[in-house]
Amino acid sequence: MSNSETVTADDPGVLERRREDLNRVVYRFKQNPMSILGLCIIFGFVFIAIFAPYIAPYPNDAGYQNQPAVHFDQKFESPSAEHLFGTDQAGRDIFSRVLFGTRLSLRIGVVVLAAAVSIGVPVGLVAGYLGGGVGMALMRITDVFLSVPPLVLALAVSVALEPNLTNVMLAIAAVWWPWYARLTYGEVLSVKEETYVEASRGIGATSTRTIFREILPNVLAPITVKMSLDMGYAILVAASLGFLGLGAQPPTPEWGTMVSQGRDYMPAQWWYSTFPGLAIFLIVLGFNFLGDGLRDMFDVEVQ
Amino acid sequence: MSFDVETDEVEYEGSLVEVEDLEKYYYENDTLFDRVLGREPTAVRAVDGVSFEVQEGETLGLVGESGCGKSTTSETLLGLREATGGSVRFKGRDVFRMTGSERTEFRQDAQIVFQDPFSSLDPRMTVGEIVTEGLRIHGLAGGEERTERAKDLLERVGLSARHADRYPHEFSGGQRQRIGIARALALDPEFVVLDEPVSALDVSVQAQVLNLLEDLQEEFGLTYLFVAHDLSVVRHISDRVAVMYLGKVVETGPVDEIFENPQHPYTQALLDSVPRASVEEYGRRGGTLEGDVPSPRNPPPGCRFHTRCPHARDACTKELPPDYDTGERHEAACFRVDADHEYWESEPLPHASETGEGTSVGGGIADSSD
Repeated sequence: MSNSETVTADDPGVLERRREDLNRVVYRFKQNPMSILGLCIIFGFVFIAIFAPYIAPYPNDAGYQNQPAVHFDQKFESPSAEHLFGTDQAGRDIFSRVLFGTRLSLRIGVVVLAAAVSIGVPVGLVAGYLGGGVGMALMRITDVFLSVPPLVLALAVSVALEPNLTNVMLAIAAVWWPWYARLTYGEVLSVKEETYVEASRGIGATSTRTIFREILPNVLAPITVKMSLDMGYAILVAASLGFLGLGAQPPTPEWGTMVSQGRDYMPAQWWYSTFPGLAIFLIVLGFNFLGDGLRDMFDVEVQ
Repeated sequence: MSFDVETDEVEYEGSLVEVEDLEKYYYENDTLFDRVLGREPTAVRAVDGVSFEVQEGETLGLVGESGCGKSTTSETLLGLREATGGSVRFKGRDVFRMTGSERTEFRQDAQIVFQDPFSSLDPRMTVGEIVTEGLRIHGLAGGEERTERAKDLLERVGLSARHADRYPHEFSGGQRQRIGIARALALDPEFVVLDEPVSALDVSVQAQVLNLLEDLQEEFGLTYLFVAHDLSVVRHISDRVAVMYLGKVVETGPVDEIFENPQHPYTQALLDSVPRASVEEYGRRGGTLEGDVPSPRNPPPGCRFHTRCPHARDACTKELPPDYDTGERHEAACFRVDADHEYWESEPLPHASETGEGTSVGGGIADSSD
């Protein structure tokens, strides 16, 4: 038999090649400096979230360990070395509260997306793979959710359930999953026509096996990218709800809620709204940069 | 089935694979919306009553132009697409009615190698996983044994055991096709459908893959259904040939008979279209057919080929020609084979280039271009 096609070059071994692959992926990621910046911002926020009690100068001002502190004698102090971001109407250190707000925002982002993905992706998988009547029914239900403006729907859900942090997450997840159902559905439609899916049926694979072993791994890339882009938006929506008074309630150190409260004291006490607002801006920006970087990376890899 | 230990050697009559009146229609305009508007669904008759058989150990070549339903036939007969009519018997058992263990057994005994080596391998599985996926599904070998089997298979198809840990994108088209062949062999099948296995490959690589297929057939006693549009490839590898046109088989016969003594005008035209390198061929008019293949949405009445056939007469538009025996296991669906048919009395169609008398085999198709 002819071996002319066989790779005869010295084989560097599996581990070596995996490392090369990894290097290539890292290289592609690095090609986009913005994605590195995004990654740094996100790492920064994660670090802050974990170590907030140690970094924050006045953890109790942010309600740490259920010991909310108020210092009316220090209210509305402008930014200084002692209070980097100034203090609010109850004399609480805004810097400490912004640091603790990171924990809330990241938690909201993660919980909302986990919930949205765990509803949306299965719906999209089943609808796309089965098609026909079942697929149609599932996607029409999805369309109903999509046809209502997300913020309005989230507002309605949040009001109906009594505004607090848990319900905010629930409300946002309820408006978010249809996007994942849509995305997954579309990807499944194209992947399921691939010959390797047919091949797996040809060797006797069941539908469940085909879905989880052939289809799901091949639709994960765009879902991952969308998740990293959506983190920022989910946090933004949570902040918007907080701003409208329908999200986390004061004195929770949630950024949107803080911006909303500070609005009453603009422009004289400008620092009250500005710093939480900057934090929102920065975290959304970070996730967007990261998502863009991931998208470029996957675009090249999957050809 | 039974608890007999020798279930592997099921007694059956006839050929290994018997395809009878196989039909695969696709329906267009068949959504709820169309029904509300009162639109009639349009049937696309991709495969429209195909019958043939494949005997144990032989290679049947299935040839025809692009879009004539070759690939649909092969995928439908394996049950990968749902047939809309007809039956397929594998070892005497109806493939479309199989359930449970029978179906599982059939999935092991009958395999397919696809045309496109780039889309037929899952990009997120290693080559070793791809090749042994069938063993995993059927629970035939586990752990170490499976790894060993993957290596054996890869070596058998001319790759290296080291390649098992790599991903498909690291291979060339020919190598990928070898991986596809290894996957088909993993379950130790009896019947393999080769759906244009070399048409996507470079010519130099084609020969290597064809030789590999022949070696494997000999070694494992495989039966092949070889689907192709490349006649020289078919001639090389087949024992018998079935020619398809617009969803129907128009001629079947032993490979030499088909190539030396074609009876159906379509087969003749097809053979004439093959470019040849020979001094005697100097001056030969390129034998090309006029016109396009009609749409399978609305196939012509009577003989499907009459719109392009140089011998077409009025009779051809009225009735579908049956399969006439024209020699040892050689059948052609053309009235011209039957000397007594009313065809000879009817009027030639306007586009037909000649009167029909004294046509030499394989000739006369071309000279209609003036």
